Amino acid sequence: MAIEANGKTFETDEEGYLTNLADWEPAVAEAMAAEDDLPLNDEHWEIINFLREYYEEYQIAPAVRVLTKAVGKKLGKEKGNSKYLYALFPYGPGKQACRFAGLPKPTGCI
Amino acid sequence: MAKAEFETPELTEFIEVPKLVEGTMEHITCFVAKPEHQEALGFPGEKVENWKEVAIDKMGDLLSRYRSFQVFLDSCVKCGACTDKCHYYLGTKDPKNMPVGRQDLLRKVYRRYFTFAGKYFPKLVGATDLTEEVIDDWYSYFHQCSQCRRCSVFCPYGIDTAEISMAAREILDSIGVGQKYCNEIIGKVHKIGNNLGLPGPAIEDTLEGLEEDVWEETDVAVKYPLDVKGVDILLVTPSADFFAEPHVDGLIGYGKVFHEAGVSWTLSTKASEAGNFGMFIGSYENMRRVSLRIREAALELGVKRIVFGECGHAWRIAYSFLNTLAGPFDFLDPDYPVPQHICEFTLNEIEQGTLEFDKSENDDMSITFHDSCNVARASRMGDKPGGQFEIPRKVIKAVVNNYHDMEWDTIHERTFCCGGGGGLLTDDLMEVRVKGAKPRMSAFKNVMEEKGVTHLAAICAICKSQFTKVFPYYGMDMFQIVSVHQLVSNAIVMNRKTPPEEAPGYGEDDDDE
Repeated sequence: MAIEANGKTFETDEEGYLTNLADWEPAVAEAMAAEDDLPLNDEHWEIINFLREYYEEYQIAPAVRVLTKAVGKKLGKEKGNSKYLYALFPYGPGKQACRFAGLPKPTGCI
Repeated sequence: MAKAEFETPELTEFIEVPKLVEGTMEHITCFVAKPEHQEALGFPGEKVENWKEVAIDKMGDLLSRYRSFQVFLDSCVKCGACTDKCHYYLGTKDPKNMPVGRQDLLRKVYRRYFTFAGKYFPKLVGATDLTEEVIDDWYSYFHQCSQCRRCSVFCPYGIDTAEISMAAREILDSIGVGQKYCNEIIGKVHKIGNNLGLPGPAIEDTLEGLEEDVWEETDVAVKYPLDVKGVDILLVTPSADFFAEPHVDGLIGYGKVFHEAGVSWTLSTKASEAGNFGMFIGSYENMRRVSLRIREAALELGVKRIVFGECGHAWRIAYSFLNTLAGPFDFLDPDYPVPQHICEFTLNEIEQGTLEFDKSENDDMSITFHDSCNVARASRMGDKPGGQFEIPRKVIKAVVNNYHDMEWDTIHERTFCCGGGGGLLTDDLMEVRVKGAKPRMSAFKNVMEEKGVTHLAAICAICKSQFTKVFPYYGMDMFQIVSVHQLVSNAIVMNRKTPPEEAPGYGEDDDDE
């Protein structure tokens, strides 16, 4: 599978996750979001950027609680919970947001 | 990634046995494991050329190793007792999702190659050749079985479809046709130590965050230690407890209980996974490799006891197989169960009076308990029969004021699977998961309407994630699922105060003032 963005073709796996993390650019997130009918705003980008920074340091997506806490610190306590994250990413911050951010899909009992 | 297109079944007051409709689920398939996932587990990377020969040899090998397997294939008399017991049949109407229908997919091939009648008069005994179509059917329908063993409770011969399903998956793996979800995950455990692939530093960062949160909430410095040597207890818990909600709220609860009980404990990076998907694919070798990590961690850390967190199939393996797979555990303290379930630990402390609770902290909820299959039907807890049903309920009732059970024929050993167990908790099987959840959703909806129940409590990471995902399909809220130790965490009164220098981040901010 593949996705077109910025005039280029990016390879994805069968579930739509970017095959090569290093290929990622913001246009990829925009294209994936367009496929999901989810226009990205600044709030989405805060999450996507945090996911990428965290992944760079720890080689894994952040735990939901780590993410909600970081969001709470940055955007205000009332936003530091998973309800807010699910409102932004209806298919789940762990899966949908990770896909937009070019991260591999989290696996396991989640 | 549009939402999968299928109809969510309508919930009914009573469990209705549907008229069968052939082939409703034959389109179901799940992603096949890639060569690197296969090879990391010791299986061929791709479908082998002589797959037919290899598959039949593998079946023969399993028949010689597991007497139960042959007995299950030989002894079915087609009495029909199992036909309406599988949640996947009840939710999909597909006769191949009747336990006997599922078994027969394998049985007909067994008869053809391993029985006298089937070799010479195949048509008379329903024996068929192993063909590409049969392999496709196996791949589809043995990934529509959550190995929950409800059917075996009702089978007069005790035929265990779970074992047949495990054998089928092992045969498929042996010819190079494995399931991506399970096999990728097992590879991560071998390489990194847990299903999620969380490296040590990420676990450490997550645990530090929890210490800060609990400190903020309680003013008590509860520790969530990692890789600490010489402590009493090694806690082995599913990695989802670090990562997902409501799992992590349970982990917070375990830590508070250990703190109040005054015991020393640790988590381990090496044994950072209680789950063991080796069982789901029927692979003794992989199950053993995963189990040995727990033994190694316990020895390296020098602990005296092993306690398991809230994980259903982990508890089956821990209770029923761990000693054979990774024992003997003669280096642990024989005065305690080897291993012990966290619910057993907590109930023991409750009965000794070391824990104090303010039940009113849970008054915003009314609880029911979902018995997870592998705990209910494949293990026990404590020293009395039925302890696996009673102990979690006693823990819940000690910490909440409002509790009601679901209908008697949907709990205890008759419990209905959440719909996502046995290696099916993957997005590519969402239709199977949603439809298979129907009986459990019906019982939950009934207890909500009749008794005012608001939340479902569980002690299995898979159940918790599955309910989070399927509740919305049935018009419920994803946050209606809670961990048992989340309820404990809400109600526990923190009486063991800690000195200020133990607080997270103590002294770090001195220069800012």
